[in-house]
Amino acid sequence: MAKRWKNDLSIADVTPFAAYMNRRQIMAGAVGLIGATALGLGRANGQELVANSWDEITSYNNYYEFGTEKEDPRRNAGRLTTVPWTIEVDGLVDNPGTYDLAELIDGLEVEERIYRFRCVEAWSMVIPWNGIELADILNRVGVQDGANYVAFETVMRPDEMPGLRYPVLDWPYREGLRLDEAMHPLTIMATGIYGRPIPNQNGAPIRLVVPWKYGFKSIKSISRITLTRDEPFASWNRANSREYGFYSNVNPDVDHPRWSQATERRVGGGLFAGRQPTLMFNGYAAEVASLYEGMDLAAYY
Amino acid sequence: MKGWIWRPITKMPLLDLSRANAPLRRVPAASIYIVSAGWAAWLFYLAATGGLGVEPIEALEHRYGLLALQILIAVLAITPLRQFTGLSLLRFRRAMGVSAFGFVLAHFLVWALLDVGAWGAIAADIVKRPYVTLGMVGFILLIPLALTSNDYAVRRMGAIRWRRLHKLGYLAALFGAVHFIWLVKGLQFEPLIYAAILLFLLSLRVRSRKSRAA
Repeated sequence: MAKRWKNDLSIADVTPFAAYMNRRQIMAGAVGLIGATALGLGRANGQELVANSWDEITSYNNYYEFGTEKEDPRRNAGRLTTVPWTIEVDGLVDNPGTYDLAELIDGLEVEERIYRFRCVEAWSMVIPWNGIELADILNRVGVQDGANYVAFETVMRPDEMPGLRYPVLDWPYREGLRLDEAMHPLTIMATGIYGRPIPNQNGAPIRLVVPWKYGFKSIKSISRITLTRDEPFASWNRANSREYGFYSNVNPDVDHPRWSQATERRVGGGLFAGRQPTLMFNGYAAEVASLYEGMDLAAYY
Repeated sequence: MKGWIWRPITKMPLLDLSRANAPLRRVPAASIYIVSAGWAAWLFYLAATGGLGVEPIEALEHRYGLLALQILIAVLAITPLRQFTGLSLLRFRRAMGVSAFGFVLAHFLVWALLDVGAWGAIAADIVKRPYVTLGMVGFILLIPLALTSNDYAVRRMGAIRWRRLHKLGYLAALFGAVHFIWLVKGLQFEPLIYAAILLFLLSLRVRSRKSRAA
């Protein structure tokens, strides 16, 4: 059972729920920075890790099923029905079937995980997720010998997802992990943020979070999980394999063909914050580098 | 002055808007500069105070870039607009062109100073990233156009040479449109629409030249 990984960020790094509401008001004022610093609420540049505010996390999203602009998901995702929610589990598992979400995760431990989140577009946040280790869910359904990968699929509801009208990607959105990546204790299925139910625009009611990979690997609103022998379809990888590898581990040394991945813009830093260096495996090298031992990370990007 | 004016393709305008010309003559062309500068400053203020969302660098960069492209397209639409509707915005064309250049410059500065922020990385991006290279070339093409957007330059160069030089506006706008197509992820329509409008405007010009030669 859970507790296999311990936060390197503590609750002390998270701005308290009430304070960040206040902070946003302070920041909006003319005395913004001075006032916030005096109250100990300021956010310095660089690598000081303070979780992003609820507003930041829920207003700046990539969820193309609801539109390609960053503010589209918050505007449009309200239509998504998340109760009831079922997840189809199939492929190389002992107990395949269509599970009610509550039934699938009943009794599994929900932990707080404060993770860095790095988008392939070179912006980043720190997000206090609440979630269950994916390994716990996979163990519950029973992974069979011969399964090497886990494939995920986002729900596809044209009536509730206006972005599906446009062929931005080959819908439904699909992603996949190698089984050892999926079983890694850092890999969680998030159901909450800041102790509240995860908002629709962030992938309600349940989404994957793989903190050492670019954000698009962390597929949202999952309706199907399939254990497979072969590497599964992954939407961005299929759309442009030169730009988006199947692994897509955060790596400052391997650039996206169109932009550098060496640095990132920390969301919430404001207009004058500049960029900060991107960390290998998004700062989780100690935990996950061994998964890729002997692999050429420039070839398997 | 005759060389300045395109001969209309059709005698009858498709939609007669020429009645608006008289009141428009009372609007000083300089008002375009005031609106553009004010708009740019307002966007900057919004970005600095949280009005453009939680990631203001990218937002401001995109807003300036998109406005530049939109104004450039508007400048290139002035002649066809006059041909098809009789509406003459020629008086505003110079101010609009210079404003478009101003937004391209602002777009470049936000990118270089607030986003990338390091000279080495700026140079590397311009050389290594084709979409940045293309945007940069478009920007550089506009510099001589902005510098010659005054009566003195027109007199010095003569109308023919001046007009030939200012055809670069089409190329710069096309580079801007391709720069936009190139930077989005996945298949998105918005940048394709701008490119389509530009190609349409360009095709009108080619047709108008043909009909003039005939």
